[in-house]
Amino acid sequence: MNEVKKKRGGIPAEKLAKYSKGEGLNAKNIKNLIHRKRIIRKEQKVAFAEKIAARAEVLLTEEAGFLVPEKGEATNRVKQSDIKNIVDITSAAKCFELDLNFGPYRLDYSRNGRYLLLGGRRGHVAAIDWITKRLMCEINVMEAVYDIQWLHIETMYAVAQKEWVFMYDNKGVELHCVKALNRVLQMTYLPYHFLLATSNEQGWLSWLDISIGKLVNSFSTYKGRLSTLTHNPYNAVLCVGHPTGVVTMWSPNVKRPLAQIMCHKTPVQGIAVDHTGKYMATSSVDRNLRIWDVREMSGPVQTYKFRDSPIDLSFSQRGLLAAAFHGNVEIFKDCHLKTVADSYMKHKLTRTIHNLEFCPYEDVLGVATGCGFTSMLVPGAGEPNYDAYESNPMQTKRQRQESEVKSLLEKIQPEMITLDPNIIVEVDLPTLKDKVEAKKKALVSVIH
Amino acid sequence: MKVKVLTRNPDEYMRETKKDIHKVPRNYDPALHPFEAQREYTRAVNAVKLERIFAKPFVGSLDGHRDGISILGKHPKSLSCLASGSFDGEVRLWNLPTKKCVRSIAAHDGIVRGIDFVGSGEQFLTVGDDKTVKSWHTQLPSFSEDLPINTVISKTVLTGISCNKKNNTYATCGELCLLWELGRNEPIRSLKWGVDSLQHVAFNPVEENVLATCASDRSIILYDTREPGPVRKMVLEMRSNQLAWNPMEAYTFTVANEDYNLYTFDTRCLFGATQIHKGHVSAVISVDYSPTGLEIVSGSYDKTLRIFSYYKNNSRDVYHTKRMQRITNVAWSLDNKYVISASDEMNIRLWKAKASEKLGVMTPREKVSQNYNAALLRKFESFPQIKRIARHRQVPKHVFNATREHRAIHLKQKIKESNKRAHSKPGTVPHVSLHKKSIVEVKE
Repeated sequence: MNEVKKKRGGIPAEKLAKYSKGEGLNAKNIKNLIHRKRIIRKEQKVAFAEKIAARAEVLLTEEAGFLVPEKGEATNRVKQSDIKNIVDITSAAKCFELDLNFGPYRLDYSRNGRYLLLGGRRGHVAAIDWITKRLMCEINVMEAVYDIQWLHIETMYAVAQKEWVFMYDNKGVELHCVKALNRVLQMTYLPYHFLLATSNEQGWLSWLDISIGKLVNSFSTYKGRLSTLTHNPYNAVLCVGHPTGVVTMWSPNVKRPLAQIMCHKTPVQGIAVDHTGKYMATSSVDRNLRIWDVREMSGPVQTYKFRDSPIDLSFSQRGLLAAAFHGNVEIFKDCHLKTVADSYMKHKLTRTIHNLEFCPYEDVLGVATGCGFTSMLVPGAGEPNYDAYESNPMQTKRQRQESEVKSLLEKIQPEMITLDPNIIVEVDLPTLKDKVEAKKKALVSVIH
Repeated sequence: MKVKVLTRNPDEYMRETKKDIHKVPRNYDPALHPFEAQREYTRAVNAVKLERIFAKPFVGSLDGHRDGISILGKHPKSLSCLASGSFDGEVRLWNLPTKKCVRSIAAHDGIVRGIDFVGSGEQFLTVGDDKTVKSWHTQLPSFSEDLPINTVISKTVLTGISCNKKNNTYATCGELCLLWELGRNEPIRSLKWGVDSLQHVAFNPVEENVLATCASDRSIILYDTREPGPVRKMVLEMRSNQLAWNPMEAYTFTVANEDYNLYTFDTRCLFGATQIHKGHVSAVISVDYSPTGLEIVSGSYDKTLRIFSYYKNNSRDVYHTKRMQRITNVAWSLDNKYVISASDEMNIRLWKAKASEKLGVMTPREKVSQNYNAALLRKFESFPQIKRIARHRQVPKHVFNATREHRAIHLKQKIKESNKRAHSKPGTVPHVSLHKKSIVEVKE
């Protein structure tokens, strides 16, 4: 009986909850009959949309990857070579290693997961179609390279060099030298806002609108060298880690942090925010890994202690968290939702790790090391079903051009970056303070 | 150990040939579609901007009259046929799709005052300053001379005509309101209520026995042909120039007034106007309803056309061109798509009723995207940025300046009234709504 109650139109309640668009308005409190009817009709439409979206889940064709141990086996004992031997030849080809001489390296996957960008500290920049192993370009910029970042499409990328940020196309031709961004240490790209956000040595944060080439805002955080930067994909707010153990959140509209969390007592080393924008993982030199709820601004939800301090963190699309230690990578499954005792996968490298990132829409983790790049297979990491209107790993040139135009038309203005992205469609109710002020004003006008 | 790693077969995701359509797999997982609200808002802003970009309402002009145009007549059945009369007594019939004059008749001596089609449009009647009512064939029989079927000479001056669409009678106005029957040379009835000059008469298109006239003593007189005399007379502050009945609601009508406003009345309760339509900066000369009964077009002496919703105060749109002079008459085409205006400088202009509407055949994709944009605009219409863009209109300088001046005048009057109220004995200067104030007096 309970089972039946939970379902609505043959769709399980948890599936409906996944597609839920929020609580909605309670029409009972609306006195005006016309407005009440209008709201009821609107809520019905929203409920219908939720139902249809949940029902469309049966149409998804691909299933996620998995790693299921047999009795007496543990998933974190499985070696990459074992997985490589079991899986089919195309997947096995995704597990590879590159020996490069200009390290330490940083890596970046394009938004559709198809292209890989590598940047070596000693000037080496390479763009690769990593699935077909086709090298798009390889240059040496003859300068220190601090960070690399794909822009909105795979024909353009930005490189933070010794002094300034440069932009190159996929043939390695220099397109721009952005002198407004100097001594940049870390970059991140906000795809829906067309903003390249950077942090620099002197503690400045800058947002560059790459569609019009204008600096949206640039200000000092007054917090010294900013070497840990990431953005929250849910609300496009920047998360910056500081040597004091504080993580601050920034939007280009406010010159003070929107929020500050005292995450650790020692310097923050790695920050990662999961794809739903609910959880943030931070790691510090005190060998702790902590998970925070960033919507509620509370936590830590989970705390893990290791033997070594995690240098870098990355969340996959399906909620795996990879932590880079000095010479090995550990991957945890759902460690933000529940306390896990042991890791999901482990991989030991002979080199020191500097940077790691999950590849979107693939079961692959890219690890950039001191002298090269390792691509490893992590079953169950990537989202199996992509939405071709958002990002399409199989897109043709024509589709790319069209989606570029569409996404430019839909560019969200930087003024809208706030902690709650849905605030724009919410009802603006006057606060008690506003009401009191209005009453005061009315009284004063009557007296006069 | 069971292992599965994601592999996508490109054959399942790529089209087979170049002539094939692209495969577009969808996944509605909200995590893959971030910033839903903000992106939708951005789309709405784009939609409203596109609407303003495509707002090119002028379709064409009908050129040919040798004097200013005084009156327009809509054909009740044919969308392509339009009749127009001018100050030199000429009546022209137009083919709207080709924008060509089909026929021109030297109908009257002096100004043509009224044109109306009879029944389903085989004939039309014209009245002029020469005190005659002439009836004409709409389609001229072949090999015949262009002469009226019948000419009725009236004893009094005639200033307007309106045909009853359901029977063979028609009404004229002038010194008296006269009821006539087709084929007879004497009026069947004459109706009078004190005044000697009526400038416009209109039969109710739904209730065939009801008609209304606008009189020069600032009054509007309602008649019922079943009654022995006129039914009601209501006096406004200033003279009404024209009157239009709502074709869908028999009890609603709108008048174009000299005081720059249009007033919509409900005949069931004549305590005040149900709506005052503001916006013109000079006397409103002409008014017509859309066939849906939801919108009104008005033409004014300030050389602009405005389109109002019949239940809204402000105009939805304003049309003007550099060369268009004082507007003498307006009409809303019976397919609800076009608005026609006649003006002093011998031109008839054809406008789109919805300025940004695309004319011609639309592809299904275009239709879908237009519907989507319209839904977005409905959803976000009250957002300040969108409201501002949707409402903004460039108007001629004289209109802009006059609007500002009138706003100042109204403000001044308001302040004066409130001062008066503040310095009088409480209750002696009551608050009276503008809607109530619009009617000075109702006589029975």
